[in-house]
Amino acid sequence: MNRHVLSVLVENHSGVLSRIAGLFSRRGYNIDSLSVGETENPNISRMTITVSGDDYMLEQMKKQLNKLINVIKVVELQPEKSVYRELVLLKVKADLTHRAAIIETINIFRGNIIDVSNETLTVELTGDFGKIAGFTELMAPFGILELVRTGFTGLQRGNTQLAE
Amino acid sequence: MRASDAIIKSLEEEKVHMIFGYPGGAILPFYDSLRTSNIEHILVRHEQSAAHSASGYARATGKVGVCTATSGPGATNLITGIATAYMDSIPLVIITGQVDSNFIGKDVFQEADITGATEPFTKHNYLVKNAQDLPKIIKEAFYIASSGRPGPVLIDIPVDIQKEHIKYDYPKSVNIPGYKPTYEGHAGQVKRALQKLKASQKPLICVGGGIICAKASKELKDFAEKAKIPVVHTLMGIGALPSDSPYYVGMVGSHGHSFSNQIVMESDLLMIIGTRVGDRATAGMKLLNEKQNIIHVDIDPAEVGKNIDTTIPIVGDAKNILKQFSNKCTTLQTDAWMEKINQLKETYHKEELDASHVNPKKALNFLSKVVDDEAILAADVGQNQLWAARNFKIKGNRKFFTSGGLGTMGYSLPAAIGAKLAFPEKTVICVVGDGGLQMSLSELGTILENDLNIIILLFNNSRLGMVRELQDIHYESNYFSVTLNKNPDFVKIAEAYGLPGKKVTSQKEFEETIQGALTSKKGYFIECVVDSDFSTL
Ligand SMILES: Cc1ncc(C[n+]2csc(CCOP(=O)(O)OP(=O)(O)O)c2C)c(N)n1
Repeated sequence: MNRHVLSVLVENHSGVLSRIAGLFSRRGYNIDSLSVGETENPNISRMTITVSGDDYMLEQMKKQLNKLINVIKVVELQPEKSVYRELVLLKVKADLTHRAAIIETINIFRGNIIDVSNETLTVELTGDFGKIAGFTELMAPFGILELVRTGFTGLQRGNTQLAE
Repeated sequence: MRASDAIIKSLEEEKVHMIFGYPGGAILPFYDSLRTSNIEHILVRHEQSAAHSASGYARATGKVGVCTATSGPGATNLITGIATAYMDSIPLVIITGQVDSNFIGKDVFQEADITGATEPFTKHNYLVKNAQDLPKIIKEAFYIASSGRPGPVLIDIPVDIQKEHIKYDYPKSVNIPGYKPTYEGHAGQVKRALQKLKASQKPLICVGGGIICAKASKELKDFAEKAKIPVVHTLMGIGALPSDSPYYVGMVGSHGHSFSNQIVMESDLLMIIGTRVGDRATAGMKLLNEKQNIIHVDIDPAEVGKNIDTTIPIVGDAKNILKQFSNKCTTLQTDAWMEKINQLKETYHKEELDASHVNPKKALNFLSKVVDDEAILAADVGQNQLWAARNFKIKGNRKFFTSGGLGTMGYSLPAAIGAKLAFPEKTVICVVGDGGLQMSLSELGTILENDLNIIILLFNNSRLGMVRELQDIHYESNYFSVTLNKNPDFVKIAEAYGLPGKKVTSQKEFEETIQGALTSKKGYFIECVVDSDFSTL
């Protein structure tokens, strides 16, 4: 089972998201993460969908997505030719004994502290799969109290555009 | 213009002559506009039948079938009919009323999220939020329903929106950025396919309902005859090639002819055209011996490679691609292969007939001989369906309708009604079991009201025959909930609805009665008493 990132341009209508989510569950495919937002053209939204599956599944997912009338374009982002980011907000236990060590780690990962209390720090961090996994692993021993991720977004590098 | 008038005007632009439906509060503005239009409305007795009748009408005419219902229960009653059409790629436009837009999401009286509910089995659907969008949406809906791989499209219209006033302007064309079906086959792929074909000793074509959707029967016949390739078909592909063609082999699949399945396995090149290679069609076969080349032609790219690995995929319209094939192909040396096939067909075991009951296979064979070449036969689901599929011969302009994909009981009577209303001069026969008939019995009322001359052929085995057979094979004949021993007097029911009828118990009686029925002006109900142990195959 490999992880794949699909970038999907869709018409910006209500109901499109439920169609896409429904398509995946109905066909027994798992969405690992999904992020959606309007593009530079307000009539079009872009979804970044990360999925796990073999080649057959991936092929089917692409074809079934393409079949939806509101889907304009589907491409698979190739890791070496794309940039991926995800935003994570993470609240970690941070009493005085550990605070300095935690802040040091945050700085190494170029995270930002966006909220502080006596007992906790809340951090924002952006990065790709590896960076976020690495960071959460290092925070785990201190005690992660809450964590929220936006899901991956991505674009192809360089001059390539996923035009309509 | 009132939005409801605009809907009707848009439907007229789409050349809609007939709508099957059932009214209710949330669709009344639409009905009020329909009242004064030239479009005929057929009041069915259950919304499910509205969808099935529209589907029968669509299959008979090759046009988009239209049906309508009110919000909530009206809309949900349509669901089985919509799913049936979706599975068989039948073009439908379904118009449902919805509660007032201000009330949507508040669980008010007769509210149901029909766009949400039908999302998995419509090709596309719309919840109209702005009355001004209606003409554009209707134009798009007809385009989507009838182009590419056909299918049902639903338009849900809140009652307040139907009452608004709009500026009417019917669009001339559609532009849906994400929907551009491919019609021409890729020339390189076609060439590759023909090269493979040339090298083949035992080529075979397997066709499905896609040939009928694409109206490509003539092109199929031309290609098969020119290249000398035998043809098998799926249940939905019945009628794609007339059964009297020398290249006609038979039906494949779990209920197909065993020799057809055998031929599929023996062929070295299989050209699959307009079929999704459904599980029922491949049951009983081990497809894909290593030496077999598979060429898969379909208008829906998602079908190619879904259920079977392909050597050469070709996406496009079957009619165009068959023409491309015919233009470039050479005649193959298939005499030995054809001879083998014909021998296999002949050794096919011939049935003894049982004198005390009607033998459905004999009956349908007989019907084949006496009915004209324009007749339409709609078969329900169950044993009756497969008796008809295997024994009613399709030649000339005959047509065979059935619910192949979803396998919906109660389909055949309303579908026959749709076909008859489309072509009042044609012979239309409904074949049905005692279970299925009781799922749409109320449509006898529609037949009565519209004075439809339909022949209903009921095979009464007092059983849910097909399910009983499954219990025979897989559950050690432990029959449960499959007997219908207390059936009513069906002939009396038919008579109560103004249809003359007769119960027949022998082959001879059947033959006499059907000949009378075929010349009757009133329609006819024939109940054939069938031995409950009579098998499907
Ligand atoms: C709506 C629906 N419910 C249940 C079934 C399952 N089913 C398939 S065949 C069959 C028996 C049909 O019995 P009958 O209509 O008497 O026809 P026969 O098989 O006896 O010819 C049933 C219940 C179905 N196909 N459709």
